[in-house]
Amino acid sequence: MIAYILRRVLYIVPISLAVSLVCFMLVHIAPGDPIDAMVQPDTPKEVIDRVRAEYGLDQPLPVQFGLWLLKVVQGDFGTSLIKGRPVLPDLISASGATFVLACTGGLLGFVTGCVFGGIAGVYRDSWIDRVLLAVAVAGVSVPHYWLGMVLVIIFSVNLNMLPAMGAGPGGSAVSIFDWEHIRYLILPSITLAVIPAGIVTRTVRGLVSDIMSQDYITTLRGKGLRRHGIVGHVVRNAAPTTLAVIGLQLANLMGGSILVETVFAWPGTGMMLNTAIFQRDIPVLQATTLVLALFFVVLNLLVDLVQTSIDPRISRR
Amino acid sequence: MTTTYSSGIAEDAAPPKVAENDDTYWRAVGRRLMRDKVTLFCGAILMLMAALILFAPLVAPYGPTDGSIVRRLKPIGTPGHLLGTDELGRDMLSRLLHGGRYSWFVGITPVAIAFLVGGSIGIIAGFAGGKINMAIMRVTDVFYAFPSVLLAVAVSGSLGAGIANAIMSLTIVFIPPIIRVAESVTTGVRNLDYAEAARATGAGARSIVVVHILPNVLGPIFVYATSLVGVSMIVASGLSFLGLGIKPPDPEWGLMLNTLRSAIYSQPMIATLPGICIFMTSVCFNFVSDGLRTAMDVRA
Repeated sequence: MIAYILRRVLYIVPISLAVSLVCFMLVHIAPGDPIDAMVQPDTPKEVIDRVRAEYGLDQPLPVQFGLWLLKVVQGDFGTSLIKGRPVLPDLISASGATFVLACTGGLLGFVTGCVFGGIAGVYRDSWIDRVLLAVAVAGVSVPHYWLGMVLVIIFSVNLNMLPAMGAGPGGSAVSIFDWEHIRYLILPSITLAVIPAGIVTRTVRGLVSDIMSQDYITTLRGKGLRRHGIVGHVVRNAAPTTLAVIGLQLANLMGGSILVETVFAWPGTGMMLNTAIFQRDIPVLQATTLVLALFFVVLNLLVDLVQTSIDPRISRR
Repeated sequence: MTTTYSSGIAEDAAPPKVAENDDTYWRAVGRRLMRDKVTLFCGAILMLMAALILFAPLVAPYGPTDGSIVRRLKPIGTPGHLLGTDELGRDMLSRLLHGGRYSWFVGITPVAIAFLVGGSIGIIAGFAGGKINMAIMRVTDVFYAFPSVLLAVAVSGSLGAGIANAIMSLTIVFIPPIIRVAESVTTGVRNLDYAEAARATGAGARSIVVVHILPNVLGPIFVYATSLVGVSMIVASGLSFLGLGIKPPDPEWGLMLNTLRSAIYSQPMIATLPGICIFMTSVCFNFVSDGLRTAMDVRA
């Protein structure tokens, strides 16, 4: 077990390196010279050469990658070309905003998914199962950016109950949890929750209906256990896989909230990425992608370790 | 005369035996599909939509970019404009019909390419095993380390807007999961007794793959690929919604949704129409994919 954990943690190193390489290469798959994005079209050649040397762009690609990686490891994610200040502080505050949104949306989606999936699994093949399953399929099929617009139209434009965009007073300071701030969190969270809710519903339903048809459940019934007694057994058997799916979904929400953040002008990493793309702000683009991907890698690792440690059926050597 | 007679018997008797074995599975699949009303209904809607957008130039009352600013944001049901007009006075119905061509094309093409490319790579990895498998699967792991939407946005953001770049970035997103599925099904089939027996009787790699592997793995890989079309439609339109993907003035559902955001106060119904189209397409593809999975009895 300890050997497995060690090996799994060590495996993070090559994966992270490869992920960094992909993020680094993003700039170089772009057509044309990356320097064109950094300077005005009519800049004299000497200035271009100076900028090129400043960013190390005159070095061969492997050397560039090495230098970039060395800086990243030291916490230097480069300087924004547009704002002219280091990327890291902005990235940290944006990550915080995205984290708050992903957790709220995730929690909402997971609770809904577990409840819906549990009910559908217990009453398998009944009408309520069919309805809930149809709702789940609809959930995974919703273009969530459209759902966001619809919610804005209903709750902001027509009912005038909730704000349509932003994160409340103080901009990206989303660590304050009073009603004035939570108001801004409601619509984006619901929008973000729909897809994970659908996915978790389908997973939990499958697990629960499988477990319910197992012999040991029949035995428990035979022993005279009531429904709420059986629930404990079902939950314990369905928990490991469900947790794994939830962990993956949370990781996906962190990296995939760009569309929802754009709709609601939420000041997170998605907005940052969006702005960086259109301003061709390459250091910001690289740094944001890298941080989100690394977060995804680490969360995947955690999910795997947690699942292994709580599920005795998985033996990993 | 005798020759004709005997060959007549041969034609009647011998070939159908093989053919019958071959198509009872597909007949059973067809029978199960015929009983599945939800799948049939969704399939019918998809076919209707496909026909409408395929013949958009004939069906649509106006051209996709025709319009006058004077007639902008007319409500649904305006005479001459069944679904109203958009923020530049272009007929919504015509734009939705023409827009479907882009949305469907950008949504389906990446999955189709990924099915061919990822499927081939996965089958090779699964069949070859050993070091080749290891190398292919480790590279796949790297792309798995990115959330799919992030990868699509980052790649197409770096490549720049445009329909080809959007298709390319989505293809990159969908190849790794298809490789994983193809590899795991192929590894499963490779170790089954009949593949083992074929190897023992001296069959070459080529004939094992063609005769024993392909017929048994293509179904599951295909079903998995169809389950990606719904997501692909959403992300493809999402890219255009962000301003990547299709460029104005071409109509595309995601792009239309974005430009109509300015109209949510004046004509909210019209502003949501393109999203309803994306939603409908995606739901129907997902239901059809689920139906296919059940009918083909695929567990993957």
